Amino acid sequence: MSVMIILIIVSILVALGFLLAFLWNVKSGQYDDDYTPSIRVLFEDESKSLSSTNNNQNKS
Amino acid sequence: MWRHFFCKTLNIKVINSLSCFHCGDSCNNTIRIDQKYFCCNGCQQVYLLLNENNLCQYYNIHQNPGIKAKGRFTKNQYDYLNTEEIINKLVLFKSNDQVNIKFHLPQIHCSSCIFLLEHLHQIHEGIVSSQIHFQKKEIFIIYNPKEIKLSEVVELLAFVGYEPIITLHEIEQKHSTNYNKIRLYKIGIAGFCFANIMMLSFPEYFSSGNIETTALQKTFSWIIFGLSIPVLFYCASEFFISAFNGLKQKILNIDTPIALAILVTFLRSYYEIISGFGAGFLDSGSGIVFFMLIGRWFQNKTYDAFSFDRNYSSYFPLGVSVISNDEEKSIPITQLKKGYKILIRNEELIPTDSILLSSTANIDYSFVTGENELVHQQSGALIYAGGKNSGTAITLETIHEVSQSYFTQLWNNDAFKMNKNKDQSFIHPWSKYFTIVLFSIAALSTMYWYIVDTNKMWNALTAILIVACPCSLLLSATFTYGNMLRYFGRHKFFLKNSSVIESLAKAKTIVFDKTGTLTNSNNIHIKYQGQNLNNDLRIAIKLLCSQSSHPLSKIITKSIQLKISSNFSLTSFKEINGLGIEGMINEDYVRIGSSEFLNLDTNHKKQTTTTVYIEVNDKYIGEFVFETNYRLGVKNLIKSLQKSKYKLHMLSGDNNAEENRLSQLFNFHSNLNFNQSPQDKLNYIQQLQQNSSVIMLGDGLNDAGALKQSDVGIAVTENTNRFSPACDALLAGDKLYLLHQFIKYAKSGKTIITASFILSILYNIIGLSFAVQSLLSPMIAAILMPLSSISIVLFVGLLTNIYAQKILNTNY
Repeated sequence: MSVMIILIIVSILVALGFLLAFLWNVKSGQYDDDYTPSIRVLFEDESKSLSSTNNNQNKS
Repeated sequence: MWRHFFCKTLNIKVINSLSCFHCGDSCNNTIRIDQKYFCCNGCQQVYLLLNENNLCQYYNIHQNPGIKAKGRFTKNQYDYLNTEEIINKLVLFKSNDQVNIKFHLPQIHCSSCIFLLEHLHQIHEGIVSSQIHFQKKEIFIIYNPKEIKLSEVVELLAFVGYEPIITLHEIEQKHSTNYNKIRLYKIGIAGFCFANIMMLSFPEYFSSGNIETTALQKTFSWIIFGLSIPVLFYCASEFFISAFNGLKQKILNIDTPIALAILVTFLRSYYEIISGFGAGFLDSGSGIVFFMLIGRWFQNKTYDAFSFDRNYSSYFPLGVSVISNDEEKSIPITQLKKGYKILIRNEELIPTDSILLSSTANIDYSFVTGENELVHQQSGALIYAGGKNSGTAITLETIHEVSQSYFTQLWNNDAFKMNKNKDQSFIHPWSKYFTIVLFSIAALSTMYWYIVDTNKMWNALTAILIVACPCSLLLSATFTYGNMLRYFGRHKFFLKNSSVIESLAKAKTIVFDKTGTLTNSNNIHIKYQGQNLNNDLRIAIKLLCSQSSHPLSKIITKSIQLKISSNFSLTSFKEINGLGIEGMINEDYVRIGSSEFLNLDTNHKKQTTTTVYIEVNDKYIGEFVFETNYRLGVKNLIKSLQKSKYKLHMLSGDNNAEENRLSQLFNFHSNLNFNQSPQDKLNYIQQLQQNSSVIMLGDGLNDAGALKQSDVGIAVTENTNRFSPACDALLAGDKLYLLHQFIKYAKSGKTIITASFILSILYNIIGLSFAVQSLLSPMIAAILMPLSSISIVLFVGLLTNIYAQKILNTNY
């Protein structure tokens, strides 16, 4: 039964890791702007336009 | 937010001219590429640039998204940005290869803007990346200083139409973002602790209090204890601080019962754990904190969504005359941009900070400072927004766009407060007693359970303290009126603040002005009678009339189709409100106005029309006769108002030529008064106010005093720039026919508030009845409380919407 203690401690540590990751995220400003990314998603593929830019540059 | 993407309303105009592919302005067919037309070289250049770099998706995302390129900026305008000192002041980070900088771009208005601005790196390789924050209208750019200079970055932005506002002292809004972050920290930590405490409490639940190995039980208890400490001291701190601040001021606010509930739960649990009596209720306690924090966060999101619109889409129905290519055009002030040349006539408001281009001007800053003394300015001086031009018409060049919030602030400023709407909301006294009643209920039921069954006591106490929500008392009025102001605004009825809504609903008497209010100033036919006018005289009349913003002057100005040549000069111009204008043009002393103004004896002529007389060098020359055109829908409006038993009056500064027509219009049922001076009108309103509250509608020119005196003064505007701060609301002339519907909507406000009030009381009664019987777990109570306030907000929003559809959108 004493293994329970170890298991609990480990699980709390893992959960703590996730909490710290969340706090780090908030601190780095990921949640500051929750509106613009929703618009950004709707733009067309970057890769498509990049490859056509490459073609343009090759031609010019 | 979604409103931004329907920002170009469905204006189905008959397109006689082509519209520019880039910015949507009208254009002729001279500048074109393939099948696309452009209004100017600037727009064409931007299109070519985007086309070259494969960014034409810009045009697909949103129609005519472009902002008209000014094109006039000189190449060296931004050179000052290359000095070391300035760069250091502006940038956020600097190294040899990378510079980070943030700019404020107020022109961002749609998804195409985001697309274009985030693909700047495709236009110039020196720009590494750019990111937009749409709500703050900011762009964050990372560029390589070796490949592009700061001045070139700004030039590029200006070229595509997004000229940044560069201020050397940044007033950062760090405050609000930090507060949001702290809230998220608290929610994160509370969630972590709550979940783990619950998990560690399972053994307690499942073994119904008898864990075999006491060592394990002790360990669990102490780990739970440890996890609960950050919850109590960090996450719940805002409740304690707020309650404490309230107590210091001897006020019991909403946070007091919550703080008390949390304190009770935690302390009781700590006592039980330390003394070994039990396991405490820390899972419940931390759950309370967690759910309350989430509830608050969610509430704020909902509030923000509702208040956002008012600032960004407020409709301030004023217009301004813009001069471009020697042509004068009238546009709404919301479309005014930097660098526009505007023409401001006598008595018109200056919409935004500008530089004076005319040689001199006299500005009345009473709107801004309350001082009536005129300030004399020379060419080149800075004229501030809110000033009123007094004298001849002046031209100015704008420096900024118009800030509508600034105007609304000035409007509500103390300089003009007459303390008209003093009646306190009937809600205030309630909130004071609410908490006292709540505490007494809590105390009574605690005592009851102490005697009957102590186990249930704690549950009952905490649940009672949490479940009671006075939110409706505080929220409903604010949200209802806030929403209604928005709906009014959408129909071009702009109210100063929410107390005007209450006054609108209360009024029983309505007074109309005639000229400009009941009558339409557009499409009026004008006839000239009298001596033949040669061209010189015509130009002189036009020059004099073009200085004034009175509707009749404007019509005369428009009717004379001659150009004012530069050898005509105007001096000593004077306009007497409601009577006429006069001035010296070259050598002649010209006076134009009503018959009293010119001291003409017109008794022998029957007054059948609105007439403006002209006198040159004290000799009567002739007169302009105006046909009166009444606005569409006025007859029906009057009929429906009379049916609802409103007392209608009409005051006009004009003669009684229109008496017959007006009597018919008013169904012979109302008081019509003519030849009223501004003072007469004021006295009349004062007399009416002895019996009931009065709504007055006027054009704000010669009835400013009456508008101020009445309980609700509505200025009816026709894309003019005349703004009397004494008025309480602005109504666009073409929406006058909706007046009765506006009043009905205002009345529905009280109904909505009462309904939400009842809803909230019902909620409280039901919740408390369960809590008092100790049937409600404190955790469920913690979820229900924010849920209730959100539901009240949604309920109020829904009702205002439904009433708006029903009342404001029905066709008459």
